[in-house]
Amino acid sequence: MRRLAIFGGIYSNHLALAAALADVARRNVDAIYCLGDLGAFGPAPDRVFPLLRDSGVVTIQGNYDNSLALGLPDCQCGYTDPRDNSFARLSYDYTFRRTSPKNKAWLATLPASLHLEIEDLRVALFHGSPRKMNEFLWESACSDAFLEYLLDFARADVLCVTHTGIKWHRALPSGRHVVNVGALGRPENDGGTNVWYALLTFANRFLSVEFIPVVYDYHALAAEMQGEHLPDEFIETILTGWWTTCLEILPHKERARGRF
Amino acid sequence: MNPPRVQLSHLDNLWFQVTGTLCNLACTHCFNGSGPGVRTFDFLSPADVRRELGHAARLGVREIFFTGGEPFLHPALLEMLADSLRVAPVTVLTNATLLPERIAVRLAEIERASSYSLEIRVSLDSPNETANDAIRGAGVFSRVLASIERLCRHGLLPLVTVVRNWPLEDEPEILASFTRLLSDRAGYHRPRLKFLPALPLGRELVRIGALHDEPFVTEEMLGGFDSDLLMCSNSRVVTDRGVWVCPLLVEMPDARLGSHLADAAPSYALRHRACYTCYEFGVFCSNVSPAIEGATPPAAPGEP
Repeated sequence: MRRLAIFGGIYSNHLALAAALADVARRNVDAIYCLGDLGAFGPAPDRVFPLLRDSGVVTIQGNYDNSLALGLPDCQCGYTDPRDNSFARLSYDYTFRRTSPKNKAWLATLPASLHLEIEDLRVALFHGSPRKMNEFLWESACSDAFLEYLLDFARADVLCVTHTGIKWHRALPSGRHVVNVGALGRPENDGGTNVWYALLTFANRFLSVEFIPVVYDYHALAAEMQGEHLPDEFIETILTGWWTTCLEILPHKERARGRF
Repeated sequence: MNPPRVQLSHLDNLWFQVTGTLCNLACTHCFNGSGPGVRTFDFLSPADVRRELGHAARLGVREIFFTGGEPFLHPALLEMLADSLRVAPVTVLTNATLLPERIAVRLAEIERASSYSLEIRVSLDSPNETANDAIRGAGVFSRVLASIERLCRHGLLPLVTVVRNWPLEDEPEILASFTRLLSDRAGYHRPRLKFLPALPLGRELVRIGALHDEPFVTEEMLGGFDSDLLMCSNSRVVTDRGVWVCPLLVEMPDARLGSHLADAAPSYALRHRACYTCYEFGVFCSNVSPAIEGATPPAAPGEP
């Protein structure tokens, strides 16, 4: 049996990351993977780097990491609405300014994907999708047929992604799996203040997926964000669990579940 | 000079031109010349749709779109929507003049019964009744707002799509007007709005006239360009007369690629002015489309 802890979308939420790592440490896992987007949204981006390195987390690049590493003018988040893009810009400019050159150089060394072989299953890790780092894979907007195509494309039996910020798992008719591990950086638009990571247990070619809620000191994070003059809309999301930005990219079902 | 060819990289979007070009309205900017009595293309049957759905699923289709004409003129539309939602997420593009209470209730039931999203895309052209009805027809404005109210009351959040017919600098003001209108008149307090470029095709081409040289897409322009942003790289349209390359070019005989998805040609040469519009704006026929550079973002809620 092999057990992996997988998370993504840290968005500078070092308090949630520390809480998640403490939780993982109690669960007897064989390896920890991060699917990228270390920065964005939250305060003091440099704080997440030592936490990841000290815990031996194997990390791949997300679009944010790719932008910071290459010094690009924007985060390549893939938003389509002017208001969403305006918030993305505020956040990216702040994160770019406050990420050290050493950490940017480290981001440049990260791979865009990882391919593992676990208990005879081929497991592929990507940030967005196997075909694009910033492609959104929402649960209600991906047909089974499309996910089977992505698994063929990635030559995988199990595909793990993040990027959307909302977790889901689908076991497909072929017996293969797609897991969106959700995000540690902000709650997932359900009115809860906790965040999530995924625990994948492999035994005899069988995979079971469990999503683990992470409770952390979100009041302390909100206070830090206030101290850094980050937008009130971001702080509201941390305090309430409802998204106030990045809404126009949501498909109908995911949008209807939220408050805004 | 030979126009550049674009290959279908993957069938992300399958469109059904389900009512052909038959529409109950005759909007002045309609890009495929749909209208009352226009039978350039005719209806698809539920059997046509099921056959192509089966093939599209084998190709790994991601999403299904229903367009026309006006899809709600088809007596079997709801059955076809439910069939499609068993395969993939579905979007239906409508003028929302044929959505009485009974249909709104059924749409909400069909949406709830599926694990995939059903998007209802409703066309509107101005937050001003007179300006809107000058384009879409007398009385349309009120009927559409009443339909949006019904959809919202049953838990659906329609995507309101608007063809951009104003200067870019007016966009924040127009957006604010739409937001007020939808809240006040339709009880839609968190409206989803999507602005589309006008297309130099069909009645719009007649309306604007071919007075100036529009650029065409060249091989050089595609160098370093992400071709995935072009509809022809990720979409196909099923009509009663065969498979077309994209929803914009259904009136162009050269854009017919075959009888069925199974035998449709895998590539297309970008010969038309609309290809340049697609190149310029990118995947705007999908539900999300890239933001336009230069449009000032509107104030966020709570901002002065």
